[in-house]
Amino acid sequence: MISAAVLRAVASLTRARAAHTAPLAVRCFSHAKVETDEEFDSRWVTYFSKPDLDAWELRKGMNTLIGYDLVPEPKILASALRACRRLDDLASAIRILEAVKDKSGPHQEIYPYVIQELGPTLQELGISTPEELGIHTV
Amino acid sequence: MLLSRRGLAAFSSSSVKMASHGHGDVTEQGDMSVPMYWDRLDTPLPDKPYQDTLSDADKSLKQKEKGPWNHLSKEEKLALYRMTFKESFAEMKKPTGEWKTVVGGIFFFIGFTGLVVLWQRYYVYPPHPRTLDDEWKAKQVKRMLDMRMNPVEGFSAKWDYEKGQWK
Repeated sequence: MISAAVLRAVASLTRARAAHTAPLAVRCFSHAKVETDEEFDSRWVTYFSKPDLDAWELRKGMNTLIGYDLVPEPKILASALRACRRLDDLASAIRILEAVKDKSGPHQEIYPYVIQELGPTLQELGISTPEELGIHTV
Repeated sequence: MLLSRRGLAAFSSSSVKMASHGHGDVTEQGDMSVPMYWDRLDTPLPDKPYQDTLSDADKSLKQKEKGPWNHLSKEEKLALYRMTFKESFAEMKKPTGEWKTVVGGIFFFIGFTGLVVLWQRYYVYPPHPRTLDDEWKAKQVKRMLDMRMNPVEGFSAKWDYEKGQWK
Protein backbone atom coordinates (compact mmCIF):
# COMPACT_ATOMS: atom_id res chain seq x y z
CA MET A 1 0.00 0.00 0.00
CA ILE A 2 1.57 3.27 -1.09
CA SER A 3 0.85 6.14 1.25
CA ALA A 4 -0.93 9.22 -0.02
CA ALA A 5 2.06 11.40 0.72
CA VAL A 6 4.31 9.30 -1.47
CA LEU A 7 1.70 9.40 -4.20
CA ARG A 8 1.56 13.18 -4.08
CA ALA A 9 5.31 13.34 -4.20
CA VAL A 10 5.37 11.10 -7.22
CA ALA A 11 2.70 13.25 -8.85
CA SER A 12 4.69 16.45 -8.41
CA LEU A 13 7.87 14.81 -9.68
CA THR A 14 6.44 13.16 -12.75
CA ARG A 15 3.58 15.60 -13.48
CA ALA A 16 1.34 12.63 -14.00
CA ARG A 17 -2.32 13.19 -14.78
CA ALA A 18 -4.67 13.21 -11.83
CA ALA A 19 -6.36 10.02 -12.93
CA HIS A 20 -3.15 8.01 -12.55
CA THR A 21 -2.44 9.17 -9.03
CA ALA A 22 -6.02 9.04 -7.83
CA PRO A 23 -6.78 6.82 -4.84
CA LEU A 24 -6.39 3.16 -5.68
CA ALA A 25 -10.15 2.54 -5.52
CA VAL A 26 -10.69 4.00 -9.02
CA ARG A 27 -10.83 1.36 -11.78
CA CYS A 28 -9.14 1.97 -15.09
CA PHE A 29 -11.93 1.12 -17.54
CA SER A 30 -11.75 2.53 -21.03
CA HIS A 31 -13.43 5.89 -21.45
CA ALA A 32 -14.29 5.21 -25.09
CA LYS A 33 -17.84 6.01 -26.08
CA VAL A 34 -19.91 2.87 -26.58
CA GLU A 35 -22.24 2.93 -29.57
CA THR A 36 -25.86 2.18 -28.67
CA ASP A 37 -27.87 -0.42 -30.58
CA GLU A 38 -29.95 2.29 -32.22
CA GLU A 39 -26.86 4.13 -33.40
CA PHE A 40 -25.45 0.90 -34.82
CA ASP A 41 -28.71 0.12 -36.63
CA SER A 42 -29.13 3.58 -38.09
CA ARG A 43 -25.51 3.68 -39.19
CA TRP A 44 -26.00 0.50 -41.19
CA VAL A 45 -29.39 1.53 -42.57
CA THR A 46 -27.76 4.72 -43.82
CA TYR A 47 -24.89 2.73 -45.34
CA PHE A 48 -27.17 0.61 -47.47
CA SER A 49 -29.47 3.52 -48.30
CA LYS A 50 -26.80 5.32 -50.29
CA PRO A 51 -28.49 5.89 -53.67
CA ASP A 52 -25.38 5.18 -55.76
CA LEU A 53 -24.12 2.27 -53.66
CA ASP A 54 -22.13 0.04 -55.97
CA ALA A 55 -21.93 -3.73 -56.05
CA TRP A 56 -18.60 -3.84 -54.23
CA GLU A 57 -19.94 -1.68 -51.41
CA LEU A 58 -22.99 -3.90 -51.09
CA ARG A 59 -20.82 -7.02 -50.87
CA LYS A 60 -18.39 -5.40 -48.46
CA GLY A 61 -21.20 -4.13 -46.27
CA MET A 62 -23.01 -7.44 -46.17
CA ASN A 63 -19.91 -9.52 -45.53
CA THR A 64 -18.82 -7.16 -42.74
CA LEU A 65 -22.28 -7.17 -41.19
CA ILE A 66 -22.43 -10.95 -41.25
CA GLY A 67 -19.02 -11.01 -39.61
CA TYR A 68 -20.39 -9.34 -36.47
CA ASP A 69 -21.64 -11.37 -33.55
CA LEU A 70 -25.28 -10.45 -34.06
CA VAL A 71 -28.25 -10.98 -36.35
CA PRO A 72 -28.97 -7.73 -38.21
CA GLU A 73 -32.23 -5.97 -37.48
CA PRO A 74 -34.95 -6.27 -40.13
CA LYS A 75 -34.65 -2.59 -40.92
CA ILE A 76 -31.00 -2.97 -41.86
CA LEU A 77 -31.86 -5.98 -43.99
CA ALA A 78 -34.70 -4.08 -45.68
CA SER A 79 -32.25 -1.35 -46.58
CA ALA A 80 -29.81 -3.94 -47.93
CA LEU A 81 -32.53 -5.66 -49.97
CA ARG A 82 -33.50 -2.33 -51.50
CA ALA A 83 -29.85 -1.81 -52.39
CA CYS A 84 -29.95 -5.17 -54.16
CA ARG A 85 -32.98 -3.94 -56.06
CA ARG A 86 -31.15 -0.79 -57.14
CA LEU A 87 -28.32 -3.00 -58.37
CA ASP A 88 -30.72 -5.43 -60.14
CA ASP A 89 -29.33 -8.34 -58.10
CA LEU A 90 -32.04 -10.75 -57.04
CA ALA A 91 -29.60 -13.57 -56.29
CA SER A 92 -27.79 -11.51 -53.65
CA ALA A 93 -31.10 -10.61 -52.04
CA ILE A 94 -31.97 -14.27 -51.62
CA ARG A 95 -28.43 -14.97 -50.39
CA ILE A 96 -28.84 -12.31 -47.71
CA LEU A 97 -31.92 -14.07 -46.38
CA GLU A 98 -30.04 -17.37 -46.30
CA ALA A 99 -27.21 -15.71 -44.40
CA VAL A 100 -29.63 -14.33 -41.80
CA LYS A 101 -31.02 -17.79 -41.18
CA ASP A 102 -27.52 -19.15 -40.79
CA LYS A 103 -26.51 -16.35 -38.41
CA SER A 104 -29.41 -17.17 -36.10
CA GLY A 105 -27.68 -20.44 -35.31
CA PRO A 106 -29.62 -22.52 -32.82
CA HIS A 107 -32.19 -19.76 -32.14
CA GLN A 108 -34.81 -20.91 -34.58
CA GLU A 109 -37.34 -18.24 -33.72
CA ILE A 110 -35.25 -15.39 -35.14
CA TYR A 111 -35.51 -16.18 -38.85
CA PRO A 112 -39.31 -16.49 -39.01
CA TYR A 113 -39.55 -13.21 -37.11
CA VAL A 114 -37.24 -11.48 -39.57
CA ILE A 115 -39.16 -12.85 -42.56
CA GLN A 116 -42.37 -11.70 -40.94
CA GLU A 117 -41.01 -8.21 -40.40
CA LEU A 118 -39.62 -8.07 -43.93
CA GLY A 119 -42.89 -9.36 -45.41
CA PRO A 120 -44.02 -6.04 -46.91
CA THR A 121 -40.57 -5.34 -48.34
CA LEU A 122 -40.28 -8.81 -49.85
CA GLN A 123 -43.74 -8.46 -51.38
CA GLU A 124 -43.03 -5.03 -52.76
CA LEU A 125 -39.70 -5.94 -54.32
CA GLY A 126 -40.82 -9.39 -55.43
CA ILE A 127 -38.07 -11.26 -53.56
CA SER A 128 -38.80 -14.93 -52.94
CA THR A 129 -37.53 -16.50 -49.76
CA PRO A 130 -35.17 -19.49 -49.98
CA GLU A 131 -38.04 -21.64 -48.69
CA GLU A 132 -40.28 -20.58 -51.57
CA LEU A 133 -37.57 -21.53 -54.05
CA GLY A 134 -36.80 -24.81 -52.32
CA ILE A 135 -33.13 -24.11 -51.65
CA HIS A 136 -33.52 -24.15 -47.88
CA THR A 137 -32.80 -27.87 -47.87
CA VAL A 138 -30.44 -30.00 -49.90
CA MET B 1 -2.99 -34.99 -50.22
CA LEU B 2 -6.38 -34.83 -51.92
CA LEU B 3 -8.02 -36.16 -48.76
CA SER B 4 -6.46 -33.46 -46.61
CA ARG B 5 -7.39 -30.72 -49.05
CA ARG B 6 -10.99 -31.94 -49.12
CA GLY B 7 -10.81 -32.13 -45.37
CA LEU B 8 -9.60 -28.53 -45.18
CA ALA B 9 -12.36 -27.42 -47.52
CA ALA B 10 -14.99 -29.09 -45.37
CA PHE B 11 -13.64 -27.39 -42.26
CA SER B 12 -13.68 -23.90 -43.68
CA SER B 13 -16.78 -24.62 -45.76
CA SER B 14 -15.28 -23.09 -48.83
CA SER B 15 -14.79 -24.80 -52.13
CA VAL B 16 -12.66 -22.94 -54.56
CA LYS B 17 -13.99 -24.24 -57.87
CA MET B 18 -13.64 -27.86 -56.79
CA ALA B 19 -15.72 -30.38 -58.68
CA SER B 20 -17.19 -32.04 -55.63
CA HIS B 21 -19.58 -34.31 -57.47
CA GLY B 22 -17.14 -37.14 -57.99
CA HIS B 23 -16.40 -37.13 -61.69
CA GLY B 24 -12.66 -37.49 -61.73
CA ASP B 25 -12.08 -35.09 -58.77
CA VAL B 26 -10.58 -32.50 -61.07
CA THR B 27 -9.45 -29.49 -59.05
CA GLU B 28 -9.17 -26.52 -61.34
CA GLN B 29 -7.53 -23.76 -59.36
CA GLY B 30 -8.53 -20.46 -60.89
CA ASP B 31 -6.12 -17.59 -61.30
CA MET B 32 -5.58 -16.36 -57.73
CA SER B 33 -4.50 -12.89 -58.81
CA VAL B 34 -8.05 -11.89 -59.79
CA PRO B 35 -11.19 -11.84 -57.62
CA MET B 36 -12.26 -15.40 -56.88
CA TYR B 37 -15.54 -17.09 -56.16
CA TRP B 38 -16.04 -19.10 -53.02
CA ASP B 39 -18.89 -20.52 -51.01
CA ARG B 40 -18.41 -19.53 -47.38
CA LEU B 41 -20.96 -19.21 -44.63
CA ASP B 42 -19.23 -16.11 -43.28
CA THR B 43 -18.88 -14.45 -46.69
CA PRO B 44 -22.35 -14.65 -48.20
CA LEU B 45 -21.52 -12.42 -51.17
CA PRO B 46 -18.26 -13.53 -52.81
CA ASP B 47 -16.04 -11.27 -54.91
CA LYS B 48 -17.49 -12.38 -58.19
CA PRO B 49 -20.52 -14.28 -59.47
CA TYR B 50 -20.17 -17.99 -60.04
CA GLN B 51 -20.93 -18.17 -63.73
CA ASP B 52 -18.49 -16.20 -65.84
CA THR B 53 -19.86 -16.83 -69.25
CA LEU B 54 -23.59 -16.58 -69.71
CA SER B 55 -25.54 -18.20 -72.48
CA ASP B 56 -27.90 -16.06 -74.51
CA ALA B 57 -30.86 -17.33 -72.53
CA ASP B 58 -29.06 -16.38 -69.32
CA LYS B 59 -28.25 -12.96 -70.70
CA SER B 60 -31.85 -12.27 -71.60
CA LEU B 61 -32.87 -13.41 -68.13
CA LYS B 62 -30.38 -10.96 -66.68
CA GLN B 63 -32.06 -8.23 -68.72
CA LYS B 64 -35.43 -9.30 -67.34
CA GLU B 65 -33.94 -9.03 -63.86
CA LYS B 66 -33.65 -5.29 -64.38
CA GLY B 67 -37.44 -5.07 -64.43
CA PRO B 68 -39.82 -5.78 -61.55
CA TRP B 69 -38.95 -9.06 -59.86
CA ASN B 70 -42.61 -9.86 -59.37
CA HIS B 71 -42.69 -10.69 -63.08
CA LEU B 72 -40.14 -13.49 -62.68
CA SER B 73 -41.29 -17.05 -62.23
CA LYS B 74 -39.86 -19.26 -59.47
CA GLU B 75 -37.75 -21.14 -62.01
CA GLU B 76 -36.32 -17.91 -63.37
CA LYS B 77 -35.46 -16.69 -59.88
CA LEU B 78 -33.80 -20.01 -59.15
CA ALA B 79 -31.85 -19.79 -62.41
CA LEU B 80 -30.66 -16.30 -61.49
CA TYR B 81 -29.56 -17.57 -58.09
CA ARG B 82 -27.62 -20.46 -59.59
CA MET B 83 -25.93 -18.14 -62.07
CA THR B 84 -24.50 -16.09 -59.24
CA PHE B 85 -23.92 -18.78 -56.63
CA LYS B 86 -22.68 -22.33 -56.83
CA GLU B 87 -23.93 -23.87 -53.60
CA SER B 88 -26.81 -22.68 -51.47
CA PHE B 89 -26.28 -22.37 -47.73
CA ALA B 90 -28.05 -25.66 -47.18
CA GLU B 91 -25.71 -27.37 -49.63
CA MET B 92 -22.68 -25.77 -47.99
CA LYS B 93 -23.75 -26.99 -44.59
CA LYS B 94 -24.65 -30.50 -45.56
CA PRO B 95 -22.75 -33.18 -43.63
CA THR B 96 -19.90 -34.78 -45.52
CA GLY B 97 -19.55 -38.05 -43.67
CA GLU B 98 -15.88 -37.26 -43.32
CA TRP B 99 -16.01 -38.37 -39.71
CA LYS B 100 -16.42 -41.95 -40.87
CA THR B 101 -13.13 -41.71 -42.77
CA VAL B 102 -11.43 -40.20 -39.74
CA VAL B 103 -12.72 -42.76 -37.23
CA GLY B 104 -12.02 -45.59 -39.65
CA GLY B 105 -8.50 -44.32 -40.17
CA ILE B 106 -7.95 -44.08 -36.42
CA PHE B 107 -9.04 -47.68 -35.87
CA PHE B 108 -6.98 -48.86 -38.82
CA PHE B 109 -3.79 -47.29 -37.54
CA ILE B 110 -4.42 -48.45 -33.97
CA GLY B 111 -4.84 -51.95 -35.37
CA PHE B 112 -1.68 -51.65 -37.40
CA THR B 113 0.17 -50.46 -34.32
CA GLY B 114 -1.14 -53.50 -32.47
CA LEU B 115 0.37 -55.74 -35.13
CA VAL B 116 3.70 -53.94 -34.85
CA VAL B 117 3.68 -54.39 -31.06
CA LEU B 118 2.86 -58.08 -31.47
CA TRP B 119 5.74 -58.54 -33.88
CA GLN B 120 8.01 -56.79 -31.38
CA ARG B 121 6.89 -59.18 -28.65
CA TYR B 122 8.22 -62.13 -30.67
CA TYR B 123 11.19 -60.63 -32.51
CA VAL B 124 12.50 -57.77 -30.41
CA TYR B 125 11.91 -58.47 -26.71
CA PRO B 126 14.86 -59.99 -24.83
CA PRO B 127 14.44 -63.45 -23.21
CA HIS B 128 11.87 -63.69 -20.42
CA PRO B 129 13.54 -62.83 -17.06
CA ARG B 130 13.36 -65.71 -14.57
CA THR B 131 12.60 -63.31 -11.77
CA LEU B 132 9.09 -62.87 -13.18
CA ASP B 133 8.19 -66.57 -12.94
CA ASP B 134 5.46 -67.35 -10.42
CA GLU B 135 7.70 -69.85 -8.64
CA TRP B 136 10.49 -67.30 -8.23
CA LYS B 137 8.02 -64.64 -7.06
CA ALA B 138 6.54 -66.96 -4.44
CA LYS B 139 10.00 -67.68 -3.05
CA GLN B 140 10.70 -63.94 -3.12
CA VAL B 141 7.61 -63.14 -1.08
CA LYS B 142 8.51 -65.86 1.46
CA ARG B 143 11.99 -64.41 1.81
CA MET B 144 10.57 -60.92 2.33
CA LEU B 145 8.24 -62.17 5.03
CA ASP B 146 11.00 -64.16 6.72
CA MET B 147 13.11 -61.00 6.78
CA ARG B 148 10.16 -59.17 8.35
CA MET B 149 10.29 -56.41 5.69
CA ASN B 150 8.26 -53.34 6.73
CA PRO B 151 6.67 -55.11 9.73
CA VAL B 152 4.95 -52.08 11.25
CA GLU B 153 2.76 -50.65 8.52
CA GLY B 154 4.05 -52.10 5.25
CA PHE B 155 4.52 -55.50 3.70
CA SER B 156 4.99 -57.90 6.62
CA ALA B 157 2.42 -56.07 8.69
CA LYS B 158 -0.20 -57.50 6.38
CA TRP B 159 0.89 -61.10 6.98
CA ASP B 160 -0.56 -62.98 9.91
CA TYR B 161 2.46 -64.92 11.23
CA GLU B 162 0.37 -67.05 13.60
CA LYS B 163 -2.07 -68.32 11.05
CA GLY B 164 0.36 -68.30 8.12
CA GLN B 165 -1.87 -66.32 5.80
CA TRP B 166 -2.55 -62.81 4.66
CA LYS B 167 -4.61 -60.72 7.04
